[in-house]
Amino acid sequence: MKKKISGNPLLIAICVIFALAFLILPLIFVLVQAFKSGFAAYIASISDPIAVKSFWLTVIAVVISVVVNSFFGLFAAWSVTRYSYPGRKLITTFMDLPLSISPVIVGLIYILTFGRSSPIYHFLLAHGIKIAFTVPGVVLVTIFVTLPYISRELIPVLEATGRDEEEAAALMGAKGLTIFRRITFPHIRRAFIYGVVLCAARAMGEFGAVSIISGHLRGKTTTIPLHIEILYNEFKLAPAFAVSSILVFMAILLLIIRSLLEYYDRKNEE
Amino acid sequence: MYLELKNVNKSFGGFKAADDVSFGVEKGKLVALLGPSGSGKTTLLRIIAGFETPDSGDIIIDNERVNDMPASKRGIGFVFQNYALFRYMTAFENIAFGLKVQKKSGAEIRDRVAELMKMSGLEGLEKRYPNQLSGGQRQRVAFARALAPMPHLLLLDEPFAAIDAKVRKEMRLWLKDMVSRLGITSIFVTHDQDEAVEVADDIIVTNKGRVEQTGKPVDIYNRPRSPFVAQFIGQSTIIENPGCFIGFSEAPKNSRAIIRPEFVEAFKSDNEKYHPIIDATEEGVIKDIAFKGSFYELTLDVGGTTITVNRSLERRPIQVGEKLRVLIYRIYVFDDMGMKVLENSVLGDRAALLD
Repeated sequence: MKKKISGNPLLIAICVIFALAFLILPLIFVLVQAFKSGFAAYIASISDPIAVKSFWLTVIAVVISVVVNSFFGLFAAWSVTRYSYPGRKLITTFMDLPLSISPVIVGLIYILTFGRSSPIYHFLLAHGIKIAFTVPGVVLVTIFVTLPYISRELIPVLEATGRDEEEAAALMGAKGLTIFRRITFPHIRRAFIYGVVLCAARAMGEFGAVSIISGHLRGKTTTIPLHIEILYNEFKLAPAFAVSSILVFMAILLLIIRSLLEYYDRKNEE
Repeated sequence: MYLELKNVNKSFGGFKAADDVSFGVEKGKLVALLGPSGSGKTTLLRIIAGFETPDSGDIIIDNERVNDMPASKRGIGFVFQNYALFRYMTAFENIAFGLKVQKKSGAEIRDRVAELMKMSGLEGLEKRYPNQLSGGQRQRVAFARALAPMPHLLLLDEPFAAIDAKVRKEMRLWLKDMVSRLGITSIFVTHDQDEAVEVADDIIVTNKGRVEQTGKPVDIYNRPRSPFVAQFIGQSTIIENPGCFIGFSEAPKNSRAIIRPEFVEAFKSDNEKYHPIIDATEEGVIKDIAFKGSFYELTLDVGGTTITVNRSLERRPIQVGEKLRVLIYRIYVFDDMGMKVLENSVLGDRAALLD
């Protein structure tokens, strides 16, 4: 079956050319460059112990960020749309802060707050808590940077859904958790999945904040993006691209998972 | 009284949604809370249900003060304006929800839901989701869902607002019939006076957060206690200086009056049937004739005042500019002191001649 074009051909052409030039072409280039020195060299680059370590650190940071921000996002979106209290608007505004602050500054703020020059540094040290130049530090800034992604997806949906169904359920004696599970969550499920995908994608690629807080301790606090930068700065272009391709594959995997979830979601609804 | 509100007040910011509201509802009655939008009727319903807490005053259900009782313990069924059906559950699951929450057994739930579905004419639609149902069916599901846990009091917020005119008529009768069969005390909110008059046993008229009048539909229609009620219920036109009209000279100075079309009769001066009472009539000129489906609505100029009157399609043809005799049976006169019904004093007992 031949599909007919309906719409302004000029606009469609602009859109397609733009997507090709800015999205797809660089992606192809990454893959081409990664395999330039041959398949064996590619395998060697990505199985390098430091590369593997940075891969696992990235996975850890992504998983923890997604879990933490899922809970935070749900609670925040709920409390902002379902409760009324003084300062509600202010909190909504503050939740968007990580989007407007440059990640580099986030990294610096964390160094200043938890590093050597901080007034609480010695207190933390006495309790064995080290943030600057450590894995927990990397995870913390990743959480901070990805904080708004899930709540921002949920708030408009919760607002649009309204409270009627929840009130109806409450009147019949349903408790909070039942109401959330049976009534509210089905409404926000799709937005939630999308928020998780955005959050994970953003956490994977985070560079600026992580770059500052990690101290670039190779093999210890470097995530994939940091490892790529180090390789690049050492003029090891082929390995840099090889490792980059891992991020690309992770991103593609994420998109596939999302599409599958949405597909099943839609199928269930029918 | 099954339900009583005593001196209930509720404000949202500077807006008074309930201003010293008191009324009672007898057991088994179907009562309409009638008022224009923004008159606080939905707020009252939500206060009774327990979704809102009044700033002051008492809510008493079955001789028990329920102000501090959570909504779920008040034994109330609630039908929301847009039904608020659970969108991700089937009709069956919607109706079963309240019973499941009460941890009833599977067999019990199945029996009760089947009974309700049969009663509401929903058989065969168990597996449908709300978006696969028509407006009328959705309303029936909402109704069945509210009734499933056997509430003692049923509250309905604008239950017919979201369905189209034809189905609405049918649903009104269905609801009236259902409520009288079940004998459940019910209150429904509406801004539609026809709906209230047609369906309710009693009407509570609200305006600006206050109760204007309560009573049977006929009484409210025939004896409105305030200009607001007179205007809101039934069709009406306001006239200045009612004392100038023949038969109404007792109307106080500076008063105004409300006339309904059914209080007025207009006929050609050669109509012999009306000759015995011709001295009680005024002269009016037809300014406009509007066809209203089953009758004509005439706009008449009577000595400078505009009066509306209905005319049967069976009577002799008339045209704009024609002069008619206008008989006013009665008017509602009101001034600062209050409101009363005035009958045409010149006509007097002779009204019987026209029957």
